[in-house]
Amino acid sequence: MSPPTSTGPAATPTGSKLTRVLGSLSLAFLAIFLLFGLMLSPPEVSQREAVRLFYIHVPSAVIALYLAFGLTAVGSVVYLRKRSTFWDLLAWSAAEIGVLFCAFTLVTGMLWGRPTWGVFWKWDPRLTSTAISFVLFIGYLAVRQLDLTPEARSSRAAVLGIIGFLNTIVVRFSVSWWQSLHQGTTLNPVDTQMDGLHLLSFFLGFATLALVFSWLLVHRFRVAWLAHQAGEAGLDRALAERRAEATGRTV
Amino acid sequence: MRVRSELLADAWLVASKDLRIERSSRVVASQVLPFGLIVLILFGFGISPDRRVVEADRTVLEQVAPGLFWLTVFLASLLALGRSFAIESADGSLEALRLTGLDPGGVFLGKSLAVAAELLVLEALLGAGALLLYGAPLGHPFLLMVVVVAATASIAAAGTLYSALASGSRVRDTLVPVLVLPALAPALLGATLATEAALFGPPSDGWPWAGLLGAFAVLYFGAGMLSFGLMLEET
Amino acid sequence: MVSVRDAVCLLGNFPALAGADLELESGEVVLLEGPNGAGKSTLLRLCAGLIGLRQGSGDVLGNDLATRGGRQQTRRAVGLLAHHSALYGELTVEENVRFWSRANRAFDADVEPALERLGLSDRLRSVPVAALSAGQRRRTALAVVVCRRARLWLLDEPHAGLDAAGRDLVDGLVRDAAAAGATVLLSSHEIDRATDLAHRVVRVVAGQTPVSGGHS
Repeated sequence: MSPPTSTGPAATPTGSKLTRVLGSLSLAFLAIFLLFGLMLSPPEVSQREAVRLFYIHVPSAVIALYLAFGLTAVGSVVYLRKRSTFWDLLAWSAAEIGVLFCAFTLVTGMLWGRPTWGVFWKWDPRLTSTAISFVLFIGYLAVRQLDLTPEARSSRAAVLGIIGFLNTIVVRFSVSWWQSLHQGTTLNPVDTQMDGLHLLSFFLGFATLALVFSWLLVHRFRVAWLAHQAGEAGLDRALAERRAEATGRTV
Repeated sequence: MRVRSELLADAWLVASKDLRIERSSRVVASQVLPFGLIVLILFGFGISPDRRVVEADRTVLEQVAPGLFWLTVFLASLLALGRSFAIESADGSLEALRLTGLDPGGVFLGKSLAVAAELLVLEALLGAGALLLYGAPLGHPFLLMVVVVAATASIAAAGTLYSALASGSRVRDTLVPVLVLPALAPALLGATLATEAALFGPPSDGWPWAGLLGAFAVLYFGAGMLSFGLMLEET
Repeated sequence: MVSVRDAVCLLGNFPALAGADLELESGEVVLLEGPNGAGKSTLLRLCAGLIGLRQGSGDVLGNDLATRGGRQQTRRAVGLLAHHSALYGELTVEENVRFWSRANRAFDADVEPALERLGLSDRLRSVPVAALSAGQRRRTALAVVVCRRARLWLLDEPHAGLDAAGRDLVDGLVRDAAAAGATVLLSSHEIDRATDLAHRVVRVVAGQTPVSGGHS
């Protein structure tokens, strides 16, 4: 394929070699995963067909809460130390994709709960703490939009990114503790017996979602980076306009 | 150590200023407290006071009293926190505080301690109201006292940190609850379960949760004192 | 004392300062003059260490305005009278001045003379600031600045909202401060009065200082 004839900066793509590789890998893994997850692996003893949801539910929870929000926390720490735009935007992008994965976790969790528990929502520690962290990081995204200077937004978001992640761990811990004391045992995905094809499908689901996460993250980051560059260019223009205003008056 | 005594002196200066403002304006006493009371009463409507829990031989209201009490305190604390930062933003005082030699950690400590003091009074009165309205027994007062202090410290520290995070913005009032309430979820859980243990026993069920509350408060006091200067640095 | 070169400062995305220069000598009184929106307040706030530099350089009382630490040192050292008076409406005049004086690490003994100087030592001292007129509030804010005994005074429209006696009071304070060795940078729309007061006028236009100097 010949490259499209681009005429201006508006045509700058957010794709790159990396995203194309990640994208193709995601698609390939998705195809294999669908094959194993939906067709080759048999229904599980206790969860029956619902086990197939579990192949994507648990990985998306882990990716959202620990990988994505962990990345936000790391990016925030580095940003506060070095004031680097790269890490600031990476923290932001990871939080945004993390929130998306949180939503996905909640939806798949509830869909899994209906056939397994008979209800959409049970006060399962994993679901409950995901819901709480989901709201907390929506708050993080709101802080990114505050009507303050860009520096203030970034440093406050960084503080929240670090504390929010620590808080996520405390939430997870306290909710599990609460559940272990009060509800007795509910059917927990991790406790169920899995072997062979189930386990393989589970790991395929994990790998697929991890690839999709990375692919989305790189894209989101590049969009944020380009928006940042556009802002800088806008600044030069605004500065030139402001300067012209003065010469217009004095000449 | 000189540095530490300066931090405490700054905290005291700011806290006493906030409390003096409350003494002369009585906004928490005349608005936040009645708000808490009406929430306690309305919870009664929502739960219907006569329904009983058969196996525990209590009314449902008595059974859930600890949770309702703390939920009421959490909601009322949002108003107290809003007030604590409204007095700073009314006439540009937050910026003036940046121009002072005050230790930012001391300012954070002072503002959270003032909120904590107001909340303690609020909790004493609302607690009396909850005992009266919901009719729960007062089983283990010492555990209850420890829980109240630790939970109050948690609310005040986390609440002050998140209010500072949103300060200077036009959307502060609506953003703070979205940040504070999910962050405080473990504190609500801990406070409720420990209070349950303090009221109905056995107290040994409550102490670990009181410990969690203490750790939570320490985490937020530390984070707040470290980051307060950073958050006020640029607006 | 103060040296700002080619300073660019942003308010959001707007370059409020687009290459401003400012040189102040010790003991000087300098007036910033220019239309609304020219960037006078931003220049004062830059000198107070309240906003960062996007481009250019700045040095105030030996502190580098480009660094966080330098700005923090600057903030602690200057006396700024801003648009907002930064007073707590629920507290009395005296309580406000005492609180800010302690927060500024000033001497408690300076509070009483400052109140007296600004005509706040009688009945007004125990009136809550919320009950004051705009001019009385301005006087209270000035009392806070006086207590600071700063080496650099930054006064953003100190004459605004004051009656003739109040404006004379401000001029007297500025002259005394300069006589005691402090540097004063102020903005004012009372051009005649302020030009008399100032040793030098710096014109600010569209975030720049195109023509500087002109002794009066």
